[in-house]
Order: sequence, then C-alpha cells, then structure tokens
Amino acid sequence: MIDALILTILMTSVPLVLAATGELVVERSGVLNLGLEGMMLMGAVSAFALTYATGSLFIGLLAGIISGAITAAIFGFFVLGLATNQVATGLALTIFGTGLSGLIGSEFVGKAITGLPTLFPKHFADIPFIGAFLSLDIVAYSSVIIVFLVWVFLFKTKTGLILRASGISQYSAHSLGYSVLKVRWCAVLFGGMMAGLSGAYLPLMLTPHWSEGMTSGRGWIALALVVFASWMPSRIIYGAILFGTITIMQLAGQARGWTIPPQFLSSLPYLATIFVLVVISSRGSAKYLAPSDLTQPFISSK
Amino acid sequence: MFHLTLRKETPLIFKVSVPIASILLTILFGIFIFSVLGYDSGKALYHFFISPLSRIDRIADLFVKACPLMIVGTGLVLCFRANIWNIGAEGQLIMGAVFAGGLALSFPDTNSVWLLPAMAVLSFIGGGLWAFLPAILKVRLRTNEILVSLMLTYVASLFLDWLVRGPWRSPTSFGFPLTNYYPDAGLISKINFPGIGTIGQLHWGVFIAILVCLLCWFMMQKTVFGFQVKLVGDSHKAFRYSGFNESKTTMMLFIISGGLAGLAGMIEVSANIGQLQPNISFGYGFTAIIVAFLARLNPAAVILAGLLIALIEMGGDSAQIALAIPKVVTGVFKGILLFLLLAGETLTKYQINVKPRQRSVPND
Repeated sequence: MIDALILTILMTSVPLVLAATGELVVERSGVLNLGLEGMMLMGAVSAFALTYATGSLFIGLLAGIISGAITAAIFGFFVLGLATNQVATGLALTIFGTGLSGLIGSEFVGKAITGLPTLFPKHFADIPFIGAFLSLDIVAYSSVIIVFLVWVFLFKTKTGLILRASGISQYSAHSLGYSVLKVRWCAVLFGGMMAGLSGAYLPLMLTPHWSEGMTSGRGWIALALVVFASWMPSRIIYGAILFGTITIMQLAGQARGWTIPPQFLSSLPYLATIFVLVVISSRGSAKYLAPSDLTQPFISSK
Repeated sequence: MFHLTLRKETPLIFKVSVPIASILLTILFGIFIFSVLGYDSGKALYHFFISPLSRIDRIADLFVKACPLMIVGTGLVLCFRANIWNIGAEGQLIMGAVFAGGLALSFPDTNSVWLLPAMAVLSFIGGGLWAFLPAILKVRLRTNEILVSLMLTYVASLFLDWLVRGPWRSPTSFGFPLTNYYPDAGLISKINFPGIGTIGQLHWGVFIAILVCLLCWFMMQKTVFGFQVKLVGDSHKAFRYSGFNESKTTMMLFIISGGLAGLAGMIEVSANIGQLQPNISFGYGFTAIIVAFLARLNPAAVILAGLLIALIEMGGDSAQIALAIPKVVTGVFKGILLFLLLAGETLTKYQINVKPRQRSVPND
C-alpha cells in the first residue's frame, strides 16, 4: 500500500524533473521559456502518435524528444534570431503548442498503447522498503542521471561556466569572445528536448492514452519548480518529489475523506514557489538569485 | 543568422502595416493548415471569418465576446507600455468576479440600484488586491513579477473552485458546483434599442468596455500619468531624472490593470452567467495579452484588436459546428498571430541585416 503510494509519487515527479531540468539550463543561459506546457504537449502527442503507429516505445520517445526540440527551435527563432519579447513569445508557444497538439491528437483520442516496462524484473517490487524504487522505468532512472550530468556540466566544466556567464552578464561573455547567441541556442534546444521527453513520459507511462491538454498544468508547475530550486539542479529532485507528494496526497486524501480542501493542497506548490521567490529575493544572496540577464535580449551592436 | 541594429527612427509604414501583415500571414498559414488536414480551405475560411459577421445578432455577439478581452487588454497595454509584466490577469479577473459575487450572493433579496455599482467597485478592488501582491513584492523586494502573478493565477482559480464546491455552493444545485443565482439587481441587462429591442446578447457591459478603452487612451495621451507610463517604459534613467517615483507608478499600473481585469470578471458573470461556477473565464486573461500586442500597445486600438480575436474565437465555434474542425485550431491561429506580431515588433525596432556578422566588441 505504502509502496504503491511511493511509486505513484515517484512517477508523478519524473516529468516534473525532466521539464524543470531543461528549463533550468535555459534560464541559466539567460532565456525564460514560458512555453514549457506547449513543448510538453507537442512531445506527448508525437510520442503517442508514433508509438501507436510503429508499436515501438523507443521511436515514440525519440519522436517526443525531436518534436520538443523543433517546437523549441520555433521559440529560438523568434527570441534569439529576432530578439522578440521572451515572456510574450513563450506564451505564444504555449497557446500554439496546446492548439496544434490538440489538432494532431484529435484522431488519437480514445486509442490505447502499452506503456514502458519496468527496468528490473517485476518481483523486485516485493523487496521491502526499496521495492517502489526498483519498479520504475528507464526514463525515470535516466532523469536522475540527467540532473547529475547537468550539475556537472554547469558547475564543473568550462562550457557550463560560459553558459552561466551568458545568463548573468551577456555583454561580458560577449566581450570575452563567446557567442552568447550560440550558447543560448544550444540551451533552448536542450530545454526543448527535455520538455519533449517529459511530455512523452505522460502518454507512454503515466496514462497510456492521449487526451487534449493532458499535461494539465505540469509545465507551469515545472516552471515554478525551477524557481523553487533557486536554479540549482539537485534541488529540482527534492522539489519535484515534494510537489509530486502534494499532488498524490490530495488524491489519496480525497479517497479517505480528509477535511482539508483538495484545492488548498493543489495550491501549495504555487504558494511555496512564491514563498521561495520572496525569500531568495529578500536575502539577496547572489548564489541563489535568478540569472541577472534573464529575459534580456542579446543585441550585439548595442 | 541575422544581425540586428537599432533603428534611429521607425518608418510610419511599419507601425500600420505590422498588425495588418500579421493578420494576412496568419490567414495564409490557416489556409496551409486546413489543406494539410484535408479540409476545404475556402469553406473553412468562410466559417472562420465571414460567417460570424453574416448576421446583425452575430455581430452583436462578437462585441459580447470581445468585451472582457477589451477591458483586460487595456489594462495590460498600460502595464506593458511601462515594461511591467503582469501575466496574472486571468487570476485577477477571477478574484474580481469572486469579490463581486460575494456581495451579490449576500443580498439575495435586494432590488437596490446600488448593487451593480457596488459590485463593480468591489470587483475592481478584488482584482486590484490580487495584482497588489506581485506589485508590492516587485517594488519592495525586487521579486520577479512575471512568476508571482502567474502563480497567483492558479491560486485564484483553485480558490474559486473551492468556494463553488464548498461554502458558496447552492443548496438547490443538486450537488453541482454552482452558487445561487445573483438577484436581478446584480445582473447586467441587455441593451434594449428603442423600436428594435435587444440584438443578440448585446449588453451594457460592452458599452462600459469601449468607454474604458477610450478613457485609458485619453489618459495615456493627455495626462501626466500617461506621460509617466510611457517614460518609464522607454527609459528608466530619464524617468528617475525627471523626479517621478518609479515604485509608485509600478504599483498604480499593477492595481489599475488588476482592477480592470477584476471588472471584466464581474461583467462577464453578471451579464452572461448569472452565478459563479468553477470556470468563469476561458483564458481571457491570457488571450488579452495577444490583444494588447495586436493593438500595438495603444488603448484605443484595443477595441479593434479585441473584436478581431473575438472573431477568431467565434469563427472557431462556427467552423467546429459546420465542418467538424476541432476548436483547438483557434489556439494555433492565436499562437501564430502572436508570433508574427512580436516578430513585426522587432522589424519596427531594429534593422535586420542578413549579411554575416563581424565580430565586434560592444562599446558599452
């Protein structure tokens, strides 16, 4: 019983971790992509469509990642190529992605696929205490590895340093001879791939069918999670598990007839994010602050 | 890829042609999408853009649909002009409706003519309060207003959900998440044209919406506050040198735009729904962002922009009924339109050279 609960929490956290880790890299490079929800939905519908058509989960996952990257490239074209306003462009991407995914997916509504298998043999789930942790799928385990690799990349490599520099002081990075736009392009595409993978996880693992707008606000929660983690990769995992726990508690609570209104529990991640935002901005410790050039367009002739 | 340089002056032709070109290009994309999906593009375009304009009552309904978009859009124009990013208009709209609804539901037997004005004031306060939070945090602690206002949208919508399922649920709603109906004095009536009667759903809120847009336009053009708004958006330095108080302007703008969003929420419920329910807004707060950009951040142009976006929404309904084109296609149109408008904004601000960029050291 408890094991099942833990497993659900872990699985709910996976898409949050994936999307938020991608967005974290994007924001560290100085770009705010509010289009997470749109990219995730495009990833979800492509993954479902191709898995349904080919029967191969691998091709489905790949399709999710690629379509996430393509959607992100649209964003990059406007925001990086044409220096458009990042906030508005991100919203446009969410509106566009939600619409297009619904349009593509309209013929897949009501169809079913078989989801990802668990990585370890089924009976591992019976092992006391750690059973739930051993009944996950390959994407779930990969997400933890990806977070670790992103941490190594950002804080232990030179390229990571350049990426962070582009987010903190773009013109300094430019004066040193680094191509801020190239760095941001790579970051935006990586963010798109992660969002696409995160979206693909939903129809392939969480609920093996497609429905319109099936991300149901996970993109926004992931955005909140980046702030909640104060732009530190490792904290994304704790944050995602915390947010995942709140989501599941609310369902479990309803089933047991708790008196706490479920809406109150649902609003906790958002309130917690505001709280964290307030704390980090009032403390002003530079390490945990938002990248200072976040949302600033890069114009080389300026 | 491209190389952008700041323009010294924007040619007038760009200012006018950007919205028009964006609309035409969106229609071209539309034709492309329809033919890819195997629909008859001619018919689809007819149902999208002509059918909603084919009868006088449909045109009236267009104004009704545009009403919340105009009111919210005007408030956002003021914010965006000042480079303040209030993204939470959706939440402020909901809180406005909640505040006004609370009053209407507290006086179920009243027939006072003061109920509606009081609801309007309360809705402005409700929306304004919800916008006050990100504003005060931004001014005092420099907390990012985009994220806070966005998060609060979800909190507002969950709060409304709790109210209509819990404490405010009507005992006669058979368990449905609905409140009691407002008293008649709390409803906005349809406009009764002498000799003609009512036209479609056209109500007095539409009149208020157009009035709000014109008032804001007047304020931007003719008052010191309007000048402050434009100045703070164009140059922070000049603003401070001129002795204006930036924090105060930021707070004011947030409260005005939140208040207007709240007012839009109250009008929407009082004119079209008559009671509170879990969904009272269909993303008006987000769609209004497109309206603001389509109007090129001019409050008077918001009237036209609101009507155009309403046309796309209504066209989506009519195309779904007539040709079974999924309604979500309106999202694709709105997204593409916003992309193109933003790209157009770049064209007016920068010169685009396609020649390869020389590596140059920036001189600031």
